[in-house]
Amino acid sequence: MRSFVALLRKELRSYFGSPLVYLVAAAFLAYSGYYFHTDLSYFVTFGFGVNIMENFWQLLFMDLRLVFIFAIPLLTMRLLAEERRLGTLELLLTYPLRDGAVVAAKLLACLVVIAMLLGATLVYPAWVYHLEPFPIEPLVACYLGMFLLASACASYGLFVSSLTDSQALAGFMTAMPLMLLWLLSWNEAASAGATLPLVRGISLFNHFQPFAVGIIDLRDVYYFLFAIGAFVWGTLRVLEARQWRGRR
Amino acid sequence: MDDVSFTVPRGEVAALLGPNGSGKSTVMRILTGYFSPTAGRISVGGVDVAARPVAARRQVGYLPEQVMLYPELTVRRYLTFVAGVKGLARGTTRAAVGDVVERCALGDVADRPTGTLSKGYRQRVGLAQALLGDPEVLVLDEPTVGLDPVQTLEMRSLVRGLAGRTVLFSTHVLSEASAVCSRVIILARGHLLAEDSAAGLASRMAGTGRISVRVDGPAEAVGTTLGQLAGVTRLERPVPDGQPGVAWDVIAADTDVVRRTIAAAIVARGWTLLELHTAVPTLEDLFVRVLDAARGPGS
Repeated sequence: MRSFVALLRKELRSYFGSPLVYLVAAAFLAYSGYYFHTDLSYFVTFGFGVNIMENFWQLLFMDLRLVFIFAIPLLTMRLLAEERRLGTLELLLTYPLRDGAVVAAKLLACLVVIAMLLGATLVYPAWVYHLEPFPIEPLVACYLGMFLLASACASYGLFVSSLTDSQALAGFMTAMPLMLLWLLSWNEAASAGATLPLVRGISLFNHFQPFAVGIIDLRDVYYFLFAIGAFVWGTLRVLEARQWRGRR
Repeated sequence: MDDVSFTVPRGEVAALLGPNGSGKSTVMRILTGYFSPTAGRISVGGVDVAARPVAARRQVGYLPEQVMLYPELTVRRYLTFVAGVKGLARGTTRAAVGDVVERCALGDVADRPTGTLSKGYRQRVGLAQALLGDPEVLVLDEPTVGLDPVQTLEMRSLVRGLAGRTVLFSTHVLSEASAVCSRVIILARGHLLAEDSAAGLASRMAGTGRISVRVDGPAEAVGTTLGQLAGVTRLERPVPDGQPGVAWDVIAADTDVVRRTIAAAIVARGWTLLELHTAVPTLEDLFVRVLDAARGPGS
């Protein structure tokens, strides 16, 4: 446990000791603030008096999703790729702890940063509530769903970061598939009828949809937890393959 | 690695000796749990590395061949991090870090980022992190490679100062092995060539002496004379270097006696002895020796 805490502290320190996380946070908040403003304007102009969940929060969280797609690769690309490039991974993996502790500490540090970004957006609902109270419970589902989706993306990013010693490559290879999945999720009507249920079943973003309208379906929660577990498992297998990969 | 078995008794300093690519680093990475063996058993301090990896790693301090540090952390902060990862209790960390900083003479640079340190200091930081947690076994991969002569001597005296612990360190410099170790394990191409005490190594080396002679005299006659002297195993012609005189390398079992005989013989013939020196045996000489011995007599 002490080892894990030490690792977590170091990971958090390297996040907050570098300018990247502040730049990402600034961009994240600028974009999410912009979306909050335009979505709220839209709601006030066209949808006022109707369901705020479907006509405002859903739109906002669908937009936030896109901002996360850009933010997460920047937060995860460093995690293992940098240790590989520096060569510090070798020493780290010979300390008396399991590989799992290293991976868990890195993922958890990233989730802490994501939770802080997401937490900062709480100011929007707080402000809206102050002006015009609305039912809060569905919004909890939105935040839970957003956090689960972001965590799944982050664990995918961690997995990609374990594959290479190039941060740029790790970031790119994290962002591209997420972008593709996102594009597919709103273009899926165009895909063939027979494959549609399958595509829907595995698409990261379709499992987020129910959360965005305020529904917590345990199947979706399990889906995200399974995705996180699968990528962590993959990361551990990559670390185990160090013998035939050599130092990098 | 193939069929490599050896034991380092508790408290001994052993050298893993072999040329580059002989598998020294692989052995060490297996010992430290970084690699896992495809076959065979390893135990460190009585703990099986495969069965209880975390417990085994707790017994080992490891200095990798290239010491890689987090460049943005200061020495003290880095060592504090390592102490935490090694599971040292919070209350004892500060004292433990202070202790290794002092032991490895890092006081001057303790608050500098590790990214700004010279190779010699980085190597000492590497040794300091290996010593944290007071491990019973130390595995040091080429601790002096790339250091200047002064740093090399400092590093060797640090290693010698580790007395009481079990130390395995690798090197491809024969003199280093004999300077620091009580036990020598020789590897080549992934195979174990020999495992011996330092004294045993010295006796293996006996008879591989090389005496370089340079004489002002008739080339043919000098060669014949040297070849006929008692105790001379054979003669070798060194690469011509354009210097005046006739040069020969004399290979002899007992260099101490033979060099006296050579000097006397040359003076007796009335020639001038320009140069006479005994070369320090190299790892290559040792290898030739050990390989010859392995092939059996008469080869």
